[in-house]
Amino acid sequence: MKYLDWNFITKYAPLYAEAAKLTVFIAFWGILLAFAVGVICSAALYYKVPVLRRIIQAYIELSRNTPLLVQLFFLYFGLPNIGIVWSGETCAIIGIAFLGGSYMTETLRSGLESIDKIQEESAASLGLNKWLTMKEIIFPQAMAISVPGICANVIFLIKETSVVSGIALADLMYVAKDLIGLYYKTDESLTMLVIAYLIILLPVSIIATLLERRMRHAGFGN
Amino acid sequence: MAQQNHNMLEVSGLKKRFGDDIVLDGVDLTVSRGEVVVILGSSGCGKSTLLRCINGLESVDEGSIRIDGEEVAVGSRSLTRLRQKIGMVFQSYDLFPHKNILDNITLAPVKVQKRSKQEARAQAEQLLRRVGLWEKRKAYPRELSGGQKQRVAIVRALCLNPEIMLFDEVTAALDPEMVREVLDVMLELAQGGMTMLIVTHEMQFARAVADRIVFLDEGKVLENLPAEEFFENPRTQRAKDFLQTFEFKKQ
Ligand SMILES: Nc1ncnc2c1ncn2[C@@H]1O[C@H](COP(=O)(O)OP(=O)(O)OP(=O)(O)O)[C@@H](O)[C@H]1O
Ligand SMILES: [Mg+2]
Repeated sequence: MKYLDWNFITKYAPLYAEAAKLTVFIAFWGILLAFAVGVICSAALYYKVPVLRRIIQAYIELSRNTPLLVQLFFLYFGLPNIGIVWSGETCAIIGIAFLGGSYMTETLRSGLESIDKIQEESAASLGLNKWLTMKEIIFPQAMAISVPGICANVIFLIKETSVVSGIALADLMYVAKDLIGLYYKTDESLTMLVIAYLIILLPVSIIATLLERRMRHAGFGN
Repeated sequence: MAQQNHNMLEVSGLKKRFGDDIVLDGVDLTVSRGEVVVILGSSGCGKSTLLRCINGLESVDEGSIRIDGEEVAVGSRSLTRLRQKIGMVFQSYDLFPHKNILDNITLAPVKVQKRSKQEARAQAEQLLRRVGLWEKRKAYPRELSGGQKQRVAIVRALCLNPEIMLFDEVTAALDPEMVREVLDVMLELAQGGMTMLIVTHEMQFARAVADRIVFLDEGKVLENLPAEEFFENPRTQRAKDFLQTFEFKKQ
């Protein structure tokens, strides 16, 4: 590590801190929205809502089979052509939500489908309506089962935010590329980039592991 | 037994198909208030399907089912209200694994019947004490034995103050030494005047608990007799053969 330029690192570290805030901001709201999309879509798939179900399936295919960068370009450069102009941040958040929504949907759907039919029937026989059955019985159990998948999605989506530099947002990736371009301090810039992502991702990863362990212990199985 | 205008349960001309299979083929059955009826029949004859139809878990192809004079119609708004009059306990343990025992029991009284938490808890306590499981109220279903789970399932159904209880082979999945504790609870319920429709393969229990036996075969009611009469003097050969399979004689 001797050969690294420590002056450079101390000088530009605050830039990374700023950029990290943006990365976290985009990731946080994008993932939150993605989760909401996932909850709604997985419920619609679970209940096999006609028409809507086909639309969601098409959305999942589209979202999973196009690169996030292309989705962002579409939002940032394409939509203004039809009069919709969004800020870079908004596009980034919506882009993450669009991509993450399909992953969350698939994860939650398989969670929902793994719940034994008898749970729904015994809830029904107690007089619970569809909504209460979902809210009180099916969803909480499906969530617990889906925790590992959701955590994996969260980490995946945080990493995916690195492409928002493509629409000129000054996130971590952008700052690193910028510094390399300006000063050719490739090693320093990339080292700081890796460390910044680790600082964001390690706590998430640790929380994920703890959650998974807790869920396994709670493992209410029969 | 109080005289009422209508029976607690009235099934008439009930037909149910699964694809081309006709599983219930014109079933007529009435259960009056306070009566305990046991349904017997070999595996696959349609006992579970009958109970599931009564509880609105399966739609009906022909015929009608009335609870306390009111038609059970799948998908109708009245169904959730009607179901509160029907308590059902299934063969497989169907407690909610993510809720503790007390929450399993008070969920529907509070969320569906809109009763106060305290009042629901008070009733749950009284019922749990009756089946000897009050000290397990904070436990989760996975921490209970099969017999304990089924007793909780019975309590959970009872806590809605149903007017009729349906039991579908509730001891069939239990280890033999746990069967008794569950049957005792059911026997006590019956003696307390609860209207009950029971599917079981426990012949001695059936004989002890039943006022009347309905013998089902290939989706049809073959016999519908007072319990003693059925066991002593079944009318059909099918019923005789069926009872025979439960007898052990020294060769
Ligand atoms: N959902 C279903 N789809 C298709 N066929 C079914 C379905 N449920 C039950 N059946 C069929 O209906 C028939 C009656 O089943 P049912 O479960 O009512 O029998 P049962 O008398 O309760 O038997 P057991 O004593 O084994 O519990 C069986 O032949 C079964 O295969
Ligand atoms: Mg059955």
